[in-house]
Amino acid sequence: MSVQSASSTPPSPAPHGAAARGPAASDDRPPRTARAVGADRRRRRPGRSQAARGWAYAAPTAAFVLVLFVLPVLLVGQMSASDWPLLAGNRGVNFPDNFRDAVENRFFWDSVVFTVKYTVIATVLLIALGLGFALLVQESSRWKSFLRTSILVPSALGLASASLLFYALYSPQVGPISPLLERLGIVDEPISFLGSPDGALWSTVFLIVWRFAGFYMLLLMVGLQGIPHEVYEAARMDGASRWQTFGRVTLPLLRPSLALCTILCVTGSLLAFDQFYILTKGGPDNSTITVVQLIYNVAFQGQNDLGVAAALSIIVLAALVVINIAQVRGMRAPEEK
Amino acid sequence: MKNHRGTSWRRSVATTTLAGLVALGLAACGGSGSGGDDAATGGTGSGGVEGVDDGSTLTLWTRAPLEKQAKLLVDAYNESHENQVELTIVPNDDYVAKVGAAAGSGGLPDLFAADIVYVPNWVEQGLFQDVTDRIDQLDFADEINQGHLEAGTYEDAEYVLPFVLDVSVLFYNKELYEQAGLDPEAPPTSLEEFAEQAKAVDALGGGVDGTFFGGNCGGCLVFTWFPSVWAADEDVLSADGTESLLASETAQEVYAVYKDLVDSDAVGAGTRDETGATWVAPFQEGKVGVMPYPATLLSTADQTVDVGVAPIPGPGGGGSTFVGGDGIGISKDSDKADQAWSFLSWMLSEEAQVEVLAKNGDVVSRADLVDNEYSSADPRVVTINEVASTGRTPVARNFQQAFNAPNSPWLTLVRNAVFGDASSIEPDNEEITAVLSQ
Repeated sequence: MSVQSASSTPPSPAPHGAAARGPAASDDRPPRTARAVGADRRRRRPGRSQAARGWAYAAPTAAFVLVLFVLPVLLVGQMSASDWPLLAGNRGVNFPDNFRDAVENRFFWDSVVFTVKYTVIATVLLIALGLGFALLVQESSRWKSFLRTSILVPSALGLASASLLFYALYSPQVGPISPLLERLGIVDEPISFLGSPDGALWSTVFLIVWRFAGFYMLLLMVGLQGIPHEVYEAARMDGASRWQTFGRVTLPLLRPSLALCTILCVTGSLLAFDQFYILTKGGPDNSTITVVQLIYNVAFQGQNDLGVAAALSIIVLAALVVINIAQVRGMRAPEEK
Repeated sequence: MKNHRGTSWRRSVATTTLAGLVALGLAACGGSGSGGDDAATGGTGSGGVEGVDDGSTLTLWTRAPLEKQAKLLVDAYNESHENQVELTIVPNDDYVAKVGAAAGSGGLPDLFAADIVYVPNWVEQGLFQDVTDRIDQLDFADEINQGHLEAGTYEDAEYVLPFVLDVSVLFYNKELYEQAGLDPEAPPTSLEEFAEQAKAVDALGGGVDGTFFGGNCGGCLVFTWFPSVWAADEDVLSADGTESLLASETAQEVYAVYKDLVDSDAVGAGTRDETGATWVAPFQEGKVGVMPYPATLLSTADQTVDVGVAPIPGPGGGGSTFVGGDGIGISKDSDKADQAWSFLSWMLSEEAQVEVLAKNGDVVSRADLVDNEYSSADPRVVTINEVASTGRTPVARNFQQAFNAPNSPWLTLVRNAVFGDASSIEPDNEEITAVLSQ
C-alpha cells in the first residue's frame, strides 16, 4: 500500500526512461566512413541486434517491475476473486461477491467522498504554497538559503514520525499549542484539534502542508530555474507587468513541473494512510476514514477479510489508473494534443 | 455482509475439509506420543504432565502491552530449563496482521498469545493445537481461570490457557481524595457514588479532573464499562455471543452516568478524542481523581501516585471486572508440541504463578493460589485477586469487529449515547448485533 510520499509512487514510469536509452545507444556506432561496408551490412538488417540490445537494457527494470509490481497485482487480483479470510487462507473462488461486499461496506461511499475532499484540499494548498514558496525563494536573495532550508527541513522527517509529533502537539493533555493560544488570549477555552470532524480534517491538512510544502517547493524551484533568462528579458523589454510575466511566461513554461507535482500530489493524497492512522484512526465518529484506511480496517481490524480488502484495492487501482490517464492527457502541452 | 447465503454451502464444505485436514495434522503429531486412541484430540503427548525439556529452542509471540509479564515469565523459564524460549514482542496494533500473515503461510511460532477477546475466533480458525488431554492431566485443572479456558474452548475441546490476566479495577488518587475532602479509604461502592466523588475531585480545579476514559477507543470502553453492567448482574452479550444486550436498562443507566460526567465537564480534556494510545497517562500524571484502570499497571502507577483500588461498581452497587489479558496456546504450525507444553505446564505451576507473577504484583491464573505470601502483603492486590475470581470474559466470534475495531458499531453507540443526545441507543445496539451474528 502506497502512502503520501514521493518515493513510494508506483515504479511504472521507470521503464520508459530505461527504454529510451535503446535508440540513444546507437550513438556509439563507428563512423560510417571508416567501415562503410560493415555499416551497410548492418543497415540491411537494422532491427535484430539493436532490438536485442534494447531489450537487454530494459530487462533489469522489466524484471523488477514484473516481480515487484505485476506479480503482486496479479496476486491481489486472485485474492479479490477468492474467499480469503486473513487467518484461514484461500478458500476458493468467490467472484464477484467480494466486489459487491466492498461496495456495500457501510463506510465505502463515506470514505470515497472523504478521500476526494481531502485530496482536493491538500492538492490545492500544496501546489499553491509550493509555488508561492518557490517564487519567494527565487526572488529574495538575502534570505534565500535560510528560507529554502527552513521550508525544506520538515521534508526530512518521515511522515509517521511527523504524525506522531503532531499527535503530541495536538494532544489536549500534553500539547502546548492549545494552552499557548489560551495564554495569548486568542481562544477562551481549550481547543480540541482532533475532536470534531472538521477539526480533525484541517489539523491533518496542516500537518501535511507542513510536511510536504518544502518538497513541492523544491520540485517547482527546479522548474523555475529551467526557464531561460532570455524569455524574461524579452518580456521585460516588451513592457510586461509582473502579473503579466507570471501569467503569460512563468506559468506556461512551468507546465511540465506543475503537471508532475499535481500527479504526485493527487496520487499521494488519494492513497493517504499514515497521517490519519496515527492522528485520528478514522475518527471522530468515523468521519476521517480514507479509502486505504478502509482497506486496512477490512483486512486487519475486525473483519479480517483479505478478499474484500483486495477487491477494494483493485477498485482503487482502477480508479488511480483512470485518474492518472486523465491528468496526463489534461496536462499535455497544447501543441502535443 | 449479510449476503453469503449463496456461498454458504461452499463455505461449509471448505470448513469441513479444513477441519478434516487439521484433525489429520493433529493425528500425525499425536503419533509421537501416547498412541492412536486419543490422537484425534491432540493426545497427552510424551513427557507426561511436565512435557519434554530436551534443550529445544521454542519461539513465542506476544503483544506489547503485556511485555513486562511476558519477559519475567520467559526469563524465569529459561533460567530453570534446558529448553530456551525466544520471545518476540509485537506492537499491539500490528499483532493481528502479523499472526494472520504467519497463519496463512504456515509460519506461526511454537507458542503465541492472543488477546482473550480474539481467542474464540482464532481457535475456531484452527490456529491452535488441541490440549484438552494435556490440561486434564494437571491436578489443578479445575482451578485454572474459567473465563480464559471457556474463551479457548471450541466444540468441547480446549486449546488455550491463561497467559497473563489483566483485570479492570477502579483506581483512585488518595492524595486528591484528601484534598477534595473525601475519605481516601472509602472508594465508591456504586456508580452514582463514583460520579459524585469524581465531581468532588474535579471541583479542585488547577488542571485536575474528576475522571477519564478512552472516548474514541472501543477496546478501552469494553474493558472499563462492561463491568458496571455485570456488577448489576446483567449480561452484555447473549450466551452464544451473537446478540448484543447493550441497550438494556442497566446499560443505559451506565451511559447516563458517564454522559452526566461529560456534560458537567468532570472528565479530562481529550476524553472525547482519546484513541487508546494515552488513555492511562493522565492518571499516572496525578491529574485524575478516579477511573477504571488496568490492574497490571498497579506497580507502574504506584511510582507517581498514591493509588487506591476498588472493584468497578454498577448502578446501585455491586462490583465486577473484565477478566482480560492474553491466552496462550501451541500453534498449529509447531512440531515441538511436547516441548511447548513444558513451558505451558510450568507457566501454570505454583513456582511461576507465585514466585514470578504474584511477586511482581500481577494477578495469578489459578484460584487456589489467590492467597499467597505476596498478595497478603498488599491489601490492594487482595482486592484485585478477589474481584478477578468473580469477573467475566465476554465470548464472541466477531468480537474484534463489533467492539475493538476503530470504526466498530459499539464505538458509535457509546459516542452517540455519551457525547451525543443518547437517542439512538436501540438502533446502534442492533447494529452491534448485526455484526456479531454475521
